[in-house]
Amino acid sequence: MVKATDILDQEPILEVKDLQTSFFTDKFEVKAVDGVNFAVPKGKTLGIVGESGSGKSITSLSILRLIQNPGKIIGGEILFKGENILKKSEAEMRKIRGNEISMIFQEPMTSLNPVYTVGQQISESFMIHQNMSKKEAMKRSAEMLELVGIPSPKQRVKQYPHELSGGMRQRVMIAIALACDPELLIADEPTTALDVTIQAQILELMKDLQDRLGMSIIMITHDLGVVAETCDYVAVMYMGKVVEYAKVRDVFKNPKHPYTVGLLNSLPRHDIDLGDVELQVIEGSVPSPDNLPKGCRFAPRCPFATELCHEKLPDLEQSDNGNQIRCWIYTDEWDGDQEVDVSAKRTT
Amino acid sequence: MFQFIVRRLIQTIPVLIGVTILTFSMVRLIPGDPAQIMAGESASQEQIELTRERLGLNDPLPVQYFDYVSGVVTGDLGNSIRNGRPVADEIKVRIGTTVSLAFYSTLLSVFLGIIFGVFAAVRRGKLSDTLVMIAALFGLSMPNFWLGLILIQYFAIGRDVLFFNTGWFLASGWGTWQQMVLPVITLGTAGAAIIARMTRSSMLEVIDQDYIRTARAKGVKERIVVYRHALKNALIPVVTVVGLQFGALLGGAVITENVFAINGLGRLMVGAINSRDFPIVQSGVLVFAFLFVFVNIMVDVIYRLLNKRIDLN
Amino acid sequence: MPKELLKVKDLKQYFPIKGGLLGRTINHVKAVDGITFDVYEGETVSIVGESGCGKSTTGRAILRLDEPTAGEVEFDGEDLLALSKKDMRKKRKDLQVIFQDPYASINPRQTVRQILEEALEIQNVVPKNERAKKIADLMEVVGLGAHQADRFPHEFSGGQRQRIGIARALSVDPKLIIADEAVSALDVSIQAQVINLMKQLQRDFALTYLFISHDLGVVRHISDRVIVMYLGKIVEIGDKTSIFDNPHHPYTKALLSAIPVPDPDAQSERVLLEGDVPSPINPPQGCRFHTRCPFATERCRVEAPELRNIDGMKEGHMGACHFMEEIKNGTHQVE
Ligand SMILES: Nc1ncnc2c1ncn2[C@@H]1O[C@H](COP(=O)(O)OP(=O)(O)OP(=O)(O)O)[C@@H](O)[C@H]1O
Ligand SMILES: Nc1ncnc2c1ncn2[C@@H]1O[C@H](COP(=O)(O)OP(=O)(O)OP(=O)(O)O)[C@@H](O)[C@H]1O
Ligand code: SF4
Ligand SMILES: [Mg+2]
Ligand SMILES: [Mg+2]
Repeated sequence: MVKATDILDQEPILEVKDLQTSFFTDKFEVKAVDGVNFAVPKGKTLGIVGESGSGKSITSLSILRLIQNPGKIIGGEILFKGENILKKSEAEMRKIRGNEISMIFQEPMTSLNPVYTVGQQISESFMIHQNMSKKEAMKRSAEMLELVGIPSPKQRVKQYPHELSGGMRQRVMIAIALACDPELLIADEPTTALDVTIQAQILELMKDLQDRLGMSIIMITHDLGVVAETCDYVAVMYMGKVVEYAKVRDVFKNPKHPYTVGLLNSLPRHDIDLGDVELQVIEGSVPSPDNLPKGCRFAPRCPFATELCHEKLPDLEQSDNGNQIRCWIYTDEWDGDQEVDVSAKRTT
Repeated sequence: MFQFIVRRLIQTIPVLIGVTILTFSMVRLIPGDPAQIMAGESASQEQIELTRERLGLNDPLPVQYFDYVSGVVTGDLGNSIRNGRPVADEIKVRIGTTVSLAFYSTLLSVFLGIIFGVFAAVRRGKLSDTLVMIAALFGLSMPNFWLGLILIQYFAIGRDVLFFNTGWFLASGWGTWQQMVLPVITLGTAGAAIIARMTRSSMLEVIDQDYIRTARAKGVKERIVVYRHALKNALIPVVTVVGLQFGALLGGAVITENVFAINGLGRLMVGAINSRDFPIVQSGVLVFAFLFVFVNIMVDVIYRLLNKRIDLN
Repeated sequence: MPKELLKVKDLKQYFPIKGGLLGRTINHVKAVDGITFDVYEGETVSIVGESGCGKSTTGRAILRLDEPTAGEVEFDGEDLLALSKKDMRKKRKDLQVIFQDPYASINPRQTVRQILEEALEIQNVVPKNERAKKIADLMEVVGLGAHQADRFPHEFSGGQRQRIGIARALSVDPKLIIADEAVSALDVSIQAQVINLMKQLQRDFALTYLFISHDLGVVRHISDRVIVMYLGKIVEIGDKTSIFDNPHHPYTKALLSAIPVPDPDAQSERVLLEGDVPSPINPPQGCRFHTRCPFATERCRVEAPELRNIDGMKEGHMGACHFMEEIKNGTHQVE
């Protein structure tokens, strides 16, 4: 096994080691997060990509320990500034949430409480974590709205969420998250529900705020464009596991894992004309969680899979270019074609 | 808000007209000759004719209706057949009793309903949740009069338990708190059960919403998440139920007043029905309908105050 | 020159807004406000634009799922809006639709076989005794395999369900398929499978697609021509290469530049649009884009630009902006 921190150029603010979170349904255990490893460098952005159901949201909720029944964190360590979060009491956790680690969610339309004003919802953070008076907190809330680029903030604090557009609401969510100067911001698909022109505004805002406030960001998304544009490091997830973890350039320019390659190849591009060629596809679909493959989770869809892949689960290992990869091809045990070139068929 | 209330009041006009048409027709739809009935069984032909004339039953229907409505508006509801006193006076002395009975019962059902509903929702799937819901089912299916009689049996007549007797309360009348406790429990229980079930399901829905997760991610204490962030949203649908529930409550008041010998509108009506005192029955129904409409306007106002998403205009 | 299969002229769709005490119509949502375009046989025309710009409404109006407020829709030489309801239903055999959420448009209690049988029954194009074979063929064509016909929709994955939707649309041998966000809900790896399938079916069965999407990557890959809409109007229309490589309208440019490129080395010069899309209830006067356009002048606030072709644009490529020439030459002055 390798250490996630090995590939970082900076100090890690957060290190997730072998995290396991499961949902215990009536019939079976859904291993939503099944041994995840990554680290987030200080002041930089880590992207987590992967298709729907791969465990991105559950990973991020696990970091804040917000998993609700029937879910449970059943193993691993989450080191935040060197301390294991999983060992902390609920009261200590509350001091971290919204204060040292904040989170914004995918659905700006439903993530704000409809019966309280925007100002009340931002103020709450100040009142909990900084013991501010109501009046003072409201004043700071207006300043936060100004910071996230909402015009006439003094009027806006008195408005209810339904009076704002989707883009505005996401700005309000960011204002709530940043109220107490968190060291780590977890953004779970912050722009997926927004139009591209609004997405561009929000991403720009986040980048700008990161430059000014120096926080670290975990950017969860399934949009490889967003990753390329905003992230410094990337963890690619598949079925509850990290299959590739590397610097962003290495993932896009020199992907190693067959799933990462397949993902990049199946992406139709708006900036390049692929002509009339067919898109490369990853055959088949994600197996259902009650039918987990025994070996490599990707084996049933992988064009290179061998007997070994179907039988045994590979570990995350360092490849020659530094990417950390969970694939037999890059190990000494590999029993297939020794010359195999995973990214030979790359189209872009 | 003011505008909304005015509009809501205007909207009730057709409803109120409908109600008056209904109560107006009530007397005219009774099988047999209304004049005969109103004059009494042993009345002579002459008396009947006189009654007919006095009640205006010889006029064309629209004129009769107009007379009736103008009577209602000016507070002239005719006279009781049984004792000849003005119906309006009979109602006036009793309406306070019935309204306070209904008010305290509603208060009790809302209070208990919300507390138990939230309690059960927070403990979803646990034993205490199941117990509360079974109790609610009981409360819901228990007939009013039966519950009343049981309460009288145990807490008015009382039982000897160890060194004391449980006959703490009184079984009849209305005025002192000893008289009020049992009827209010009798009348409020079913409502409490319904509101508890409604609150629970509404809470369960709200607690899974994204904004609850947002609150938790801010570091808000779980107790505050439940009571400040979830409950206020969960109450929005509950409020409507309280309004609808009020109709059932008025029906229940008729029974409860009889069980506890409370001299309210309900008891007046039952007596009037037994003695075929139609002017009283007619006006009683009218008053109940007006109360129901009025309470539902209040409910609408509260609903709007809670639910910020509705544009007031 | 291929012939026009679909001609849309000045199509308008206004949805009434009821309000007031008596529930009178107090205003209109101008969802689609006078759009004109043609679709030629065998090609794929895409409609792109931000949420609420009227893409789906256009599709629904052509199919008369909502009756259009005004305009003309000519399909295969026939005026669709003049048809009786009954004749229109028959006509739907030639115009099929695939939606974003296949699950919402299929009956979950029917097996795939029953779903397809019902579709064949309604249009009655295949004799009863040949239906079983037709269904088996369809299942193979969309890559599900005939052996899966007796399973229920919930037993399939999202991508497979979308294939069921495609099979149903294909069952009646349509000429035109309107695909409304047909691949938007799918993960990229699955999306690619469905796109490839749609392209292959187009070749095999000479299908024409009206492809509605907000994903410009997918659109670039699948289309021959592209229509860019903004607030109920067409702002630019043209062949795919022109739209993507030589856009003329400021909105098209901003839209394209806003899309993140999946390449960390890409140097993108971004035109950041400010503010939100205005409401379609009282859309801005003049050019609808003027409230967000970096080039807007007084003229834009008053006068609505028409679609036109200028020097340096390919034939059939048109934009609706007063200052396309000036912006191109770099001589445009913003007051
Ligand atoms: N409450 C739950 N009960 C059972 N399984 C659950 C529950 N919540 C999540 N899961 C399962 O956990 C897995 C991971 O879910 P998660 O929400 O993390 O996916 P994701 O990567 O965020 O996907 P998306 O891109 O769709 O948001 C999924 O297979 C999902 O079915
Ligand atoms: N039946 C309807 N009644 C009233 N307004 C409607 C109706 N259908 C659509 N609209 C409005 O018309 C406008 C255009 O809607 P439409 O669904 O065509 O947008 P779209 O471009 O398909 O957006 P999206 O990308 O979100 O699907 C929107 O403002 C929408 O709110
Ligand atoms: S007409 Fe004016 S406002 Fe409209 S797009 Fe062109 S420059 Fe911008
Ligand atoms: Mg998610
Ligand atoms: Mg649409």
